Amino acid sequence: MRPRANCDRPGWQAVAAQLTRRHYLMSAGYGIGLAALRWLLASEAQAAERNPLAPKPTHFPPRAKSCIFIFLEGAPSQLDLFDPKPKLNQHHGKPLPESLTKEVRFAFIKKETAVLMGSERKFTRHGQCGMEFSDLLPHLATCADDILMVRSMHTDQFNHHPAQLTLFCGRPFFGLPSVGAWLAWGLGTESQNLPAFVVLSAGRGTSGGASLWQSGFLPSMFAGVVFRNQGEPVLNLVNPPGIPAELQRKGLDALKQLNASRMEMLNDPEIESRIASYELAFRMQMAAPELIDLSDETQQTLDMYGVGRPDPPNSNRFRGYAPGHFHQFALNCLLARRLVERGVRFVQINHASWDHHSNLPPELAHNCQMADQPVAALLKDLKRRGLLDTTLVVWAGEFGRTPLGENRQGYARPTGRDHHPYAFTIWMAGGGVKGGTVYGETDELGWGVVRDPVHVNDFHATLLHLFGLNHLKLTHRFQGLDARLTGVGGRVIHEWLA
Amino acid sequence: MRARRLLAAAAGVAFGWLALAVVLAEDGPEAQKVDFLRDVRPILAEHCWKCHGQDDPESGLRLTSREAILGRADGGKTIVVPGDPDASELVRRIEATDDERMPPEDEKPLSVEQRQLLRQWVAEGAVWANHWAFEPVRQPQVPPVRNRRWVRNPIDCFVLARLEQRGWEPSPEADRYTLIRRLYYDLVGLPPPVDEVDRFVADTSPDAYERLVDRLLSSPHFGERWGRHWLDLAHYADSDGYEKDRARPDAYRYRDWVIEAINEDIPYDRFTIEQLAGDLLPDATADQKLATAFLRQTLTNEEGGVDQEEYRIAAVFDRTETVGTVWLGLTIGCARCHDHKYDPVTQRDYYQLFAFFNNSEEVTFNLPVEGKDLDLYQQRVAPLEAALAERYRQLAPGEKEWETNEHRRILAQPEGTVQEVSVKIVQAQSLHPEQVRMEIDNDAIRVTSAGGGPDELPAADTYQIEIELPAMELTGLKLYALADAELPQKGPGWAPDGNFVLTGLHVEVVDPQEGAVTIALHRPSAGFAASGFGAERVALGTRAGSPGGWAVKGKTGQDHWIQWRTYEPIAVTQGTRLRVRLEQHYGDRHLLGRLRLVALTGGYRGLHLDNEEIAGYLEMYPEKRVARMRERLFDYYVTEVIRDEEVARLRREIAKITAEHRVKFQSVRAMGTPLLPRPSFIFHRGEFLSPTVAVQAGTPAVLPPMRGVDNSEPTRLDLARWLVSPDNPLTSRVFVNHVWQHLFGAGLVRTPNDFGMRGELPTHPELLDWLASQVQTKLGWSRKQLIRMIVCSATYRQASARRPDYEAADPENRLLFRQNRFRLEAETVRDVHLAAAGLLSERIGGPSVFPPMPEDLAALSYANNFTWTTSRGEDRYRRGMYTFFKRTIPHPNLTMFDAPDANLPCVQRTVSNTPLQALMLLNNEVHVEAAQALAADILRKSAAASDTALLVAIWRRCLARPPQEHELAALETLLASAREYYSAHVEDATAAVGSHHASSIPVAEQAAWVVVARTVLNTDEMITRE
Repeated sequence: MRPRANCDRPGWQAVAAQLTRRHYLMSAGYGIGLAALRWLLASEAQAAERNPLAPKPTHFPPRAKSCIFIFLEGAPSQLDLFDPKPKLNQHHGKPLPESLTKEVRFAFIKKETAVLMGSERKFTRHGQCGMEFSDLLPHLATCADDILMVRSMHTDQFNHHPAQLTLFCGRPFFGLPSVGAWLAWGLGTESQNLPAFVVLSAGRGTSGGASLWQSGFLPSMFAGVVFRNQGEPVLNLVNPPGIPAELQRKGLDALKQLNASRMEMLNDPEIESRIASYELAFRMQMAAPELIDLSDETQQTLDMYGVGRPDPPNSNRFRGYAPGHFHQFALNCLLARRLVERGVRFVQINHASWDHHSNLPPELAHNCQMADQPVAALLKDLKRRGLLDTTLVVWAGEFGRTPLGENRQGYARPTGRDHHPYAFTIWMAGGGVKGGTVYGETDELGWGVVRDPVHVNDFHATLLHLFGLNHLKLTHRFQGLDARLTGVGGRVIHEWLA
Repeated sequence: MRARRLLAAAAGVAFGWLALAVVLAEDGPEAQKVDFLRDVRPILAEHCWKCHGQDDPESGLRLTSREAILGRADGGKTIVVPGDPDASELVRRIEATDDERMPPEDEKPLSVEQRQLLRQWVAEGAVWANHWAFEPVRQPQVPPVRNRRWVRNPIDCFVLARLEQRGWEPSPEADRYTLIRRLYYDLVGLPPPVDEVDRFVADTSPDAYERLVDRLLSSPHFGERWGRHWLDLAHYADSDGYEKDRARPDAYRYRDWVIEAINEDIPYDRFTIEQLAGDLLPDATADQKLATAFLRQTLTNEEGGVDQEEYRIAAVFDRTETVGTVWLGLTIGCARCHDHKYDPVTQRDYYQLFAFFNNSEEVTFNLPVEGKDLDLYQQRVAPLEAALAERYRQLAPGEKEWETNEHRRILAQPEGTVQEVSVKIVQAQSLHPEQVRMEIDNDAIRVTSAGGGPDELPAADTYQIEIELPAMELTGLKLYALADAELPQKGPGWAPDGNFVLTGLHVEVVDPQEGAVTIALHRPSAGFAASGFGAERVALGTRAGSPGGWAVKGKTGQDHWIQWRTYEPIAVTQGTRLRVRLEQHYGDRHLLGRLRLVALTGGYRGLHLDNEEIAGYLEMYPEKRVARMRERLFDYYVTEVIRDEEVARLRREIAKITAEHRVKFQSVRAMGTPLLPRPSFIFHRGEFLSPTVAVQAGTPAVLPPMRGVDNSEPTRLDLARWLVSPDNPLTSRVFVNHVWQHLFGAGLVRTPNDFGMRGELPTHPELLDWLASQVQTKLGWSRKQLIRMIVCSATYRQASARRPDYEAADPENRLLFRQNRFRLEAETVRDVHLAAAGLLSERIGGPSVFPPMPEDLAALSYANNFTWTTSRGEDRYRRGMYTFFKRTIPHPNLTMFDAPDANLPCVQRTVSNTPLQALMLLNNEVHVEAAQALAADILRKSAAASDTALLVAIWRRCLARPPQEHELAALETLLASAREYYSAHVEDATAAVGSHHASSIPVAEQAAWVVVARTVLNTDEMITRE
């Protein structure tokens, strides 16, 4: 294991590095002018001032400092997890009145013959607040009092990728920054050794790919950096074979001199930024291995998350399966906590696929078995470390699933649900939201929202608010307009705030 | 704020171009005055034009031009008397307190400030300004300058005149090393070879620079460099985008068209016309059709369940907005939903432009890529293809009707998937009962030799089997050929290899009253069939002795099935008997050894159609069918339903000519015209499900109208010609600005995608117009000539060092008192590293390549539908622009350096500077290999040289100029440390050298040089165009 002090105390490290360099430059005695020397010593301070990732003031005092966004790609069924509908079970097998479906478009359901499908799940109440969860999420249910459950979400899109873009970028268009990039851009980061916005994935890839963590029209340094599940945690982090850290450092010292002398000649501040980038790169090389080294975690912690647990037998028959994903998802939840601890602003955890058009009961059960324990462990672990107050945890899919069973062309009988943008559930915890609260309500079949509707733009507006940002003021000039995450919509939902 | 101040400076075209442009950031007294564009126009647009606009104005009163407002209103009162607000009807009406007040009560009222502004505006003379970019391109006089000696061409006069007004001087000319490197980076995107540098530096002839420019302009790499700029605008990629993001294996053909067109310097007007409407040119060549693939760089969504019409329209939006961005320099997407007060392009304008592309069709055509005398071939087939297209057009309405009727018919049929129903075998009999024994074993039949060994079996036979059905809706019959341990090779047949051949099938209902009634069957399909022995080869009906049949050679020893469907459900009563004859006339004992029959029910929908695939497409809602399904339906209709003779004849003739010329094709995406004209509507709030009023194709009202279009609706070709017509004020300015931007790092208009009201004013308006008029006239729209003119100017040749004395007043170098220094693009970063190392492949064009990419990233793409198979050999070292670009998972080395995502046109790339870039250049496989190869190459070529000579050699490969003393010193120190380390760590040395070991050099020594090469490659200067 590497020494910790170096990474945890950048101030000390910087001083040490400067001392060495001064010594080196003076003793080298070649034609570097005094001006260059002065410049070199001043440059790091200046570069830090100009560093676009340095922490920035908020519009008003923030509640949350970091966000862990757990994205269940494909859209989990709210009717089988969070939003119990006894009436739907009673009407199982019956068609919906045409008035409800007339204007509605579906991805696969054939309207003419579609019938309602009840849920096989059992719902029970949990916590002081009595929040209802289905039997698929026993661990999460124990966190009920920390959870703000929103049952009245709705979106505009009913196909995956456009809806995913809406969930992350506010609108279904390409070229817009995702929410993590907005936060990184708006707030900078507390971490000087790690990126501001980190993406972790388990299982199959998400269909939206990099567009879900893109920086869009914001500078690329605000895009999500994908931490990898195999090999080096960050692309190109590891020195090439045969180049030890000491030579890497010597090479960077020479490089810094070469760049500095060019800077002295041309006065271009871009050269200064380049020098700063190489120095941060070197610090990341030191810090990232320490991040993924779990030797300082107790066995109890590892077990609580389920790190190291095997995939259940025969799980390869499920859609969401990828080898080792039970372990990987648990590990990602733990890494998310470690990243937040180290000052990373936004961690996005992706898992695919929750798109259960058919065979829903066993598929959903499998995915929940994977997600339930680690997510609950994350909430409890954050809480016991005092991090939950400032860390907003979000659980969301891109839309919900239909109360109608899916009778797609070629299906013998409905065993799954189609895409449903009109009413779905997400939940949040920590970061200044009011735990133990259920917000919004859907009708007795779960078809539409009947109380306190929340558009994705409203969710974003409130999320930014938790971070001390006014969604109307966090704007960036793009295509002649002051673009914002919430497009032309969004309102802050004050009832969510603790 | 800046944009606002600059707008303020635009107070009047009346003040003249120079006056408005000189203003950099200071506010003059002018700022107190009312500014028409800033203050007045938005009020008119928001509050007045709804009723008093261009079309059918209320009371005949238009408030849209100065001429109009100086006229009289109904009733004879003058609308505006400049300088006299109290005599102006407009002022009276907005200030009225009774029911004469405007806007009327039910409209949004004007605020007090707005009313005051209008009054003040009239008092100040009611200046009416048009937006500069919509005014015709002028031919400004070249301004006089004092320092004539500095001027190399008129560009310099425009620049210098501005500098001299401030008392500023331009920067000195850059040194020869910087100049040649600048030209190489800008024109071909490669570092200059060292010997070329030395020749240029030594060449003192006055035209040495110009000769170098001409050499580079004629280099085939010029087309790559400038082609890539164009591909940014086209938003070219090798995949569909969205969830499925399928590969587009033909995409590179368009990319290569661009490279070639730019190398051939096809004039920009023709370049425009061919890409927007090449297919509509008279006698369009294959290349001209290919050019329209510009319009096919839109995304395609084949995610299951999507509404195809929605995404067709999304692509049409994209085309409309791309044309707005690329040629007009306007961001028009905002007008998709509604009018905006600042926007010159209205929602109606938007949908008129939209109509050009809405009434176009995505097509694929066969691009001849190989063959004998392809020009002649194209001449021969062109009229036939035109006739075929015409015939398709005639058939299209009928096809549409057929599709609609079939869809309705199928939806009226009951649902239900195909299910098997067990039957009772009543009897089974061979034609040769003395030789063949048929034994009923539960629901299966076992066939054995009656006499003894298999040799006694007949060579051929027909089994006649009677089965009894339960009450059911019969929709088909399925035969299982079953494996059996008793059979040769476990069967299912009696042939020595276990095979059989079913040559014919006949099925009839045995009705005690009416005798036998044959059941017509179709849609044969089998789980597996040997090559040449497919299910469709089984003769149906009574025909005997067919030579073909169904067989399973290659997969014997296991169970197989074949099935047929009825033409409609047949309701049978309990106990109905079927007689099934299985003919096996192939010979050599190719007989079934064990079999089972089952009846099929369900799967009623589309049963009447011969083709299951077609039935499936017809059952789908039309809006869910993707392009290939729609094409398949059309083809099926033409060839199978109506069997059109004309189409068949034309296709035969084309096929004959194609065979004569031995032509090979590649199927390529391009643009065409729909078979049925498609009307266009304004969509309420841009929602495609909410069409409102119909619109005809047309151009924005704010720009000069199209000319020479007859009464019929104009086409894409008319649009393209209008874009490049001399009247069009935008295309030439926008084009010049794009070119300028790549040569200076910033355009003359600093908002290259917004020449509209919200964009910035040009830094040198007269220069912009001068270049825009030159390019259309004297330069004949030649890109190369335009570039030549710019790079030969003294302005371009300036040094790029900062000028602290001027930067305080003009931090962004708007006045061009120096050149700019900027980082290379993602592709070029790769290219210069590989080129310096001597690794870069110089091959131009061809299919996209797959340089190494981390496996886990490739695996992130959708459902693993795509494998990144790393290219080998030369293809590992191709230029960055040839890297396969998959939209959802672009190569990380490209995105790291801000390569655009190809989802929208990119007019100006962002230039970021991040630690991840540093990590990539330090540690990424490609860049590490470049360092290894560079060190090896230098050592190999000059092994005996001194350290200094070697350091200089490495340095100059990368940076062209010789190093300075202290630069050498820094590298010497590093070299010494590295030598010391590697002499003690030989394994590390071996690893550091990698696969590029120069065998004559000790590995520890070479490794030290790798460390040095890597450092030089990582300098800021290496990836910066100075």
